[in-house]
Amino acid sequence: MSLITPDFGLLFWMVLIFGAVFFVLAKFGFPVITKAVRQRSDHIEESLRMAEKARASLDEAARQREQMLEETRSEQDKMLREASRTREAILEQAREKAQAEAADIIRSARAEIAVEKESAMRELRSEVSALSVAVAEKVVREKLESTPEQQALLKRYAEEAQQAKLN
Amino acid sequence: MRAGRFIVLGLCMLLLSSVRSFAGAQDDSSPLDMQEYIFGHIGDAYEWHITTINGKHVSIPLPCIIIDGGLHVFSSEKLAHGAAFDGYRIAPKGDAHEGKIVRASDGSRPFDISITKNVCGLLIDSVLLVALILLCARWYRRHDYLKEAPRGIAGLLEPVIVMIENEVIKEAVGPEYKKFSPYLLTAFFFILINNLMGILPVFPGGANITGNIAVTMAMALFTFLAVNLFGNKHYWKDILWPDVPIFLKAIPIMPAIEIIGMFTKPFSLMIRLFANIMAGHIMLLSTIAIVFLTVKLGPAINGSLSFMAVLIGIFLDVLELLVAFLQAYVFTMLSSVFIGLAHQHPETETN
Repeated sequence: MSLITPDFGLLFWMVLIFGAVFFVLAKFGFPVITKAVRQRSDHIEESLRMAEKARASLDEAARQREQMLEETRSEQDKMLREASRTREAILEQAREKAQAEAADIIRSARAEIAVEKESAMRELRSEVSALSVAVAEKVVREKLESTPEQQALLKRYAEEAQQAKLN
Repeated sequence: MRAGRFIVLGLCMLLLSSVRSFAGAQDDSSPLDMQEYIFGHIGDAYEWHITTINGKHVSIPLPCIIIDGGLHVFSSEKLAHGAAFDGYRIAPKGDAHEGKIVRASDGSRPFDISITKNVCGLLIDSVLLVALILLCARWYRRHDYLKEAPRGIAGLLEPVIVMIENEVIKEAVGPEYKKFSPYLLTAFFFILINNLMGILPVFPGGANITGNIAVTMAMALFTFLAVNLFGNKHYWKDILWPDVPIFLKAIPIMPAIEIIGMFTKPFSLMIRLFANIMAGHIMLLSTIAIVFLTVKLGPAINGSLSFMAVLIGIFLDVLELLVAFLQAYVFTMLSSVFIGLAHQHPETETN
């Protein structure tokens, strides 16, 4: 039966046609497609790997930021603590200085007061002596005017004073 | 559900009415010749018969090419109804070369490379296949395939190509699969498109191409070449000097078996594809023949059997779609396995 005996003509054409189809598809068809698909799957794999890497570096960056924040916070704390310590020290120093100055001022005031007091006393004393001299003079004048010797003594005194003044 | 019932009912009515008119026309003609009906459909022919309307054949004439002491080219129309032309005629029924072009003088076969129905079908399907694959390849050339998802033909074919390459070829052939991937993919799509076009009942399809033993023989031949031309040293050693006790090699029993095995592998490929596709065509044709065979039994039986025949026909058509894919897949897979066996390395062997 011709059904199971291969016909030569058909076999010939089949080999020719399949050969041609194979040639065209193996040269311009399938390699292009399979290469593209392979490239894409590689690309996807690569992208996934890159994404993983990016995520890791992002995590790392976040961790670093956290660390930096932590460091900054501790630094800030330290600085604040130091500042307050410095402030206290300055305050303390200022207080001490102020106290010393105040003590100085008080001391010098006291010395001045003592000097003033001394001079005031001296003035008072001289005033009192002048006053008492004046009082005594008045009293003495009344007594002295009565006698001529006293008058002469007075005159001499006045001359002496005048002479002292001239000198 | 309701729509489905309407369709079935409509189909039934249509069948009944058409059968009645058909029965009237058929009454005085000869009974259906099953042999001719089936083998006329699945066999090869010099013309492409499309249909017969009121006893008139509607067919596409194809060129006959004969090399017989010179090139003879003529249309198959010239040989219609047993006529002789240029000293050639188509051998009549009962002849040793029934249905083939023979010399009118002594009935012997000349060297005949006519464009028959199957060759024509092969050409059409091949052009279609090449166009489809090249269009698909063009998509990858024209687009940035790293950024765009494949669309159109590329979107249709890419999953199939990837599936065949990754699941079948890569798995079966092994590390050297890239060298064989174009052949195996071509074989797969070539068989697939010819199987599918064979299921189509009208002109560009309908030729029983992959159900023809010459076609499957050529396919098997290519696989045979792909296996044996590129086989490695280990493969040939396994055939000619296998690891068996020496008395099996001294009288070359094992080498003989292995060498026979070299040929039975592609032979099984040839028979499997041929038999499966031909059987599918015969099943479908037989089922449809029920409609014509039961005409004589009256409209009631004819109508109900026709209805059943159509239902079974639909089922078989869907089954054939599966078979079309499956046989292409099986051919590709077995070819891959045979190629893989010729590329084994001793250290990768499991046994």
